[in-house]
Amino acid sequence: MIETGYQQILKNGVWTQNTGLVALLGLCPLLATSNSVVNGLGLGLATTLVLLMCNVAISLIRPLVRPEVRIPVFVVVIACAVTAVELAMHAFLPGLYTVLGIFIPLIVTNCCVIGRAEAFAFKNGVAKSAVDGIATGLGFLLALVLLGAIREVLGQGTLFGQAELLFGEWGKSLTLHLIPDYRGFLLAILPPGAFIGLGCLIAVKNVIDARTQRSARLVLSTWQQKFNESSPPPPQST
Amino acid sequence: MRFKTVTSPHLHQQTGVNQVMRRVLYAMVPGITALVWFFGWGILINLALATVMALGAEAAMLAARSKPLALHLGDYSAVVTAWLLAVALPPLAPWWMTVIGILAAIVVAKHLYGGLGYNPFNPAMIGYVVLLISFPREMSAWLIPHGIGQPHALSLLDTLQIIFGGAGSLPIDALTGATPLDVLRTQLGLGQTVAEIRNSPVFGIVAGRGWEWATAGFLTGGLWLIYTRTAAWQIPAGLLGGLAVMATAFYLIDPQHYAPPWFHLWSGAAIFGAFFIATDPVTASTTPRGRLIYGAGIGILIYLIRGFGGYPDGVAFSVLLMNIAAPTIDLYTRPRVFGERQP
Repeated sequence: MIETGYQQILKNGVWTQNTGLVALLGLCPLLATSNSVVNGLGLGLATTLVLLMCNVAISLIRPLVRPEVRIPVFVVVIACAVTAVELAMHAFLPGLYTVLGIFIPLIVTNCCVIGRAEAFAFKNGVAKSAVDGIATGLGFLLALVLLGAIREVLGQGTLFGQAELLFGEWGKSLTLHLIPDYRGFLLAILPPGAFIGLGCLIAVKNVIDARTQRSARLVLSTWQQKFNESSPPPPQST
Repeated sequence: MRFKTVTSPHLHQQTGVNQVMRRVLYAMVPGITALVWFFGWGILINLALATVMALGAEAAMLAARSKPLALHLGDYSAVVTAWLLAVALPPLAPWWMTVIGILAAIVVAKHLYGGLGYNPFNPAMIGYVVLLISFPREMSAWLIPHGIGQPHALSLLDTLQIIFGGAGSLPIDALTGATPLDVLRTQLGLGQTVAEIRNSPVFGIVAGRGWEWATAGFLTGGLWLIYTRTAAWQIPAGLLGGLAVMATAFYLIDPQHYAPPWFHLWSGAAIFGAFFIATDPVTASTTPRGRLIYGAGIGILIYLIRGFGGYPDGVAFSVLLMNIAAPTIDLYTRPRVFGERQP
């Protein structure tokens, strides 16, 4: 197995293998709760926490679990972690808990959680699994917040609306009214807006990747050219 | 002596995309004339604005995709999309609604899917549905047809001011009202019978007053399209047949609560949709039997949405739903190839 460094794990989770934009796992919560930045942030943080807890727990119990029964064990661990997060949110963030509703317990069905457990935590040590959990969660959080921002600005003309649900009373001052007297564009808030927005985000990511690849190739080729120029010319046959 | 040998095909059909699209535009003229007569300048302003926007958006997308501009702009497909959408919009729709609708139609529904010939959904109907679910209030405010209530025909300048600058001091709320299908729907919800509702001044001989003449205009144009074989007869026949069967069945069960079939056929966008929207060659079914099924499906869905759905008319949603089904319908209704066994 190829050893992956911490930097590589972080880059994979947040960008190269982003759960929402590349692997397209966990689309149901991604599409359903991304109608505002705060909702996206709340669910993203909860999912990140669950991923961290599950990855750490599963890599810890790795020596005890026979491969034949690993999937039921994963499911039990994930269910425990999600229940803990759900109860904590119910206790400390009741407003956000009501808004997100069914999607907090549904983190348990998010394929990226069991996916990381199977693909990474069951094969790696505790520290690396923890970093992988955080990185994957951050990648999902990034997709959720970006999509939430696009849909909130287009749909309501605000940004960080209802921030008090997540940050308490002072969150009210965070809300930005970008466009005064905005009439609202319902489509962005409704489910079709989520699909169209996600499509656009994936397109933007692909464009960025294509650009960086092209410039990397350009750098490589100019470097090769310079190398060829500086090296002595081949001996002329006389 | 040498004879020049020419290989088959020897008979050419002299119709290109360009000619088909132009025929559709000609066929819309009688209906549009009636609409302008009853609803005023707003229709023409919407048409002009939509056409300019559609050509602009089409040119921009073609340039971005590095496709030949003249060839694709000259096929009139963008103009047809623009006209279909503009006719479906309320006459006093603010300018930004037309712009958003056209952008959704041309940029998203047409070019993001690969341009003319590749789009699975009817672009004009995508534009209409985007507007309908985003701005329900503006989309249901139709002008009251000329000749009902106060005879206040808006002048060209007034109409321009409303569309581009907002209502201002003009009594816009007194001029707009619900469409006949909307009236039927609300009044039925209030417990009135169909016969009582029919006495309302909104209704004329067969369907909505004023509206019925626009429908007659579109029927004339549509029949001409069938006569010139520009559109396949199976789709309108299936659509109107499906709608008529459903409406007759429910009318026979309970004529108090279900409007008669002739009212359903002549109301809303049924005729317009049957001849102009459902017959879009790109998004419709392509086999003869498939076209009948496709049309019938739209007709049945229209009745279900009108009678039991959340919107007064359902042509756009029905067409889009059957657009998704069209490839499957085609797969199962493929005609037998000569010499091959029935699959």
